[in-house]
Amino acid sequence: MPATEPTADRPAPPRAKVKQRPGDRIFAGLSTGAGVLILVVLAGVAAFLLVEAWPAIIAPSDEIPGRGGLTLYIWPLLFGTLISAFFALLIAAPLATSIALFITHYAPRRLSQALGYVIDLLAAIPSIIYGLWGIFVLAPATVGPTRWLTEHAGFIPLFAGPPSATGRTMLVVIIVLAVMILPIISAVVREAFRQTPRLHEEASLALGATHWEMIRMAVLPFGRSAIVGASMLGLGRALGETMAVAIVLSVSGGVTFNLISSGNPSTIAANIALQFPESTGLDINALVASGLVLFAVTLAVNMLARAIINRRREFSGAN
Amino acid sequence: MAKRIEVKDLDIYYDKFLAVQNVSLTIEPRSVTAFIGPSGCGKSTFLRSLNRMHELVPHARVEGTVVMDDQDLYGPNVDPVSVRRQVGMVFQRPNPFPTMSIHENVAAGLRLNNARISKGDLDELVERSLRAANLWNEVKDRLNKPGSGLSGGQQQRLCIARAIAVQPDVLLMDEPCSALDPISTQAIEDLINDLKADYTIVIVTHNMQQAARVSDTTGFFNLQGVGQPGQLVEIDDTTKIFSTPANQATEDYISGRFG
Ligand SMILES: Nc1ncnc2c1ncn2[C@@H]1O[C@H](COP(=O)(O)OP(=O)(O)O)[C@@H](O)[C@H]1O
Ligand SMILES: [Mg+2]
Repeated sequence: MPATEPTADRPAPPRAKVKQRPGDRIFAGLSTGAGVLILVVLAGVAAFLLVEAWPAIIAPSDEIPGRGGLTLYIWPLLFGTLISAFFALLIAAPLATSIALFITHYAPRRLSQALGYVIDLLAAIPSIIYGLWGIFVLAPATVGPTRWLTEHAGFIPLFAGPPSATGRTMLVVIIVLAVMILPIISAVVREAFRQTPRLHEEASLALGATHWEMIRMAVLPFGRSAIVGASMLGLGRALGETMAVAIVLSVSGGVTFNLISSGNPSTIAANIALQFPESTGLDINALVASGLVLFAVTLAVNMLARAIINRRREFSGAN
Repeated sequence: MAKRIEVKDLDIYYDKFLAVQNVSLTIEPRSVTAFIGPSGCGKSTFLRSLNRMHELVPHARVEGTVVMDDQDLYGPNVDPVSVRRQVGMVFQRPNPFPTMSIHENVAAGLRLNNARISKGDLDELVERSLRAANLWNEVKDRLNKPGSGLSGGQQQRLCIARAIAVQPDVLLMDEPCSALDPISTQAIEDLINDLKADYTIVIVTHNMQQAARVSDTTGFFNLQGVGQPGQLVEIDDTTKIFSTPANQATEDYISGRFG
């Protein structure tokens, strides 16, 4: 519309100047600064990774550890990272959601408070403790059951076996990771469920919904974006978990969906932690290159989560 | 459809607090019964006892009987969920489900009652309910858009459509216009007039003119004093209540000398 566009010979009328308050200005400056700082840090990390990884990227393939080139070096690690984090999330997300639901909508008040408290405590346990629990308690305990699994469910590739005699398997890593990310997911989801508007719960009950139908109609849809967001938070933690994996997993390389044998791929983070002290020269550059891949995967996961949440934004109730 | 409700000696408690005392009355089918009274006198509490929403508050309970066409709503084998399927409710603030489209909102109750309903039947029932709620023409082109995108008055009519979609016998409305502008209020009042051909309607309102405009029968609730239970002072034909009420307190209230 030309009518709204001020032209050179007919300048727009001068706008009344809004009085600037110092408080507004300081706050605007601070929050903009914080936002920019985050971007700068992110870009700095990316740049550092790229620079340090560069020698490994351009190096001839027989100078990379394993002598098969960078892709072949990183791929099993990436596979191990993804498979452990994915299955951990697959266990933890539904469980955490159920726990949150139980705490907010089923448990009597006293029990719900106690349970919430215990779950929050779980989140405060350092990951090395989880690792020790994994190797000393969980790993031996899984030896019997995995043998049974191979015998009775061996046709499923995940349980093909032969089962590891020590129990230091991908399966144990997955369970440990699931337990580690459970508290954070359930804490976030719990808060979302707790804030379900009473109004909407009553709307469904007044239609003749049972308690469970009310939860499906009002509570779960309302908490949906929190469930996705919390899961991504948990997934991020699982992808980057170092100590627990490094302690538990017995690594022999190789890409396999078999979760219970002793031939496991490592994960990127655990591999960096284990290899770094003994690495020099190009080996370090290769490790950093694997870190760069982890960084990219984590970013991609976050963007995916954002896309999922935005897809149904207009139905979020935030308008 | 459209059933008669008989309430006898009803006391309504929140734990130990007696909120409403000794209500006895009859609500006629295919008519509009309005309840007026100062705030805090227990109108909402009484209304919610008619579809057993009251007992959702922990330790809330009632004594006495509420009978709907020979069915004792508080009988020993009566499931509150089935009571609520027969007695629909519209709330003070419009509360369409924000995560659902307009179509899904209206269909929400239908899916509960009848999970196997075919798509064609569902669409037909949704359209019929929206038409009955005088909303069809305004939303027919955007049935898949969120219900929360409508204006307040439209949202309230959407909630009415949702409530009548399951074809209840009775429709309860708790101050359905108190969050709306005059034009939307007018639309809802017209709608109430249309709906009374098919439903028993019970409406709580703080607006006496509204009670006078829409109802056939009006009941006046009052409080004896702070901390005292609310009581039904009198209930009669709306014209009688607003011209020659039997009770002095009613007259004071409707002439604005009180509350
Ligand atoms: N959930 C509740 N728990 C305890 N007391 C309540 C609750 N809701 C209402 N009351 C009390 O019951 C009385 C009647 O309230 P209400 O039915 O909301 O009145 P009205 O709708 O006429 O304004 C008031 O004294 C109020 O404080
Ligand atoms: Mg009220």
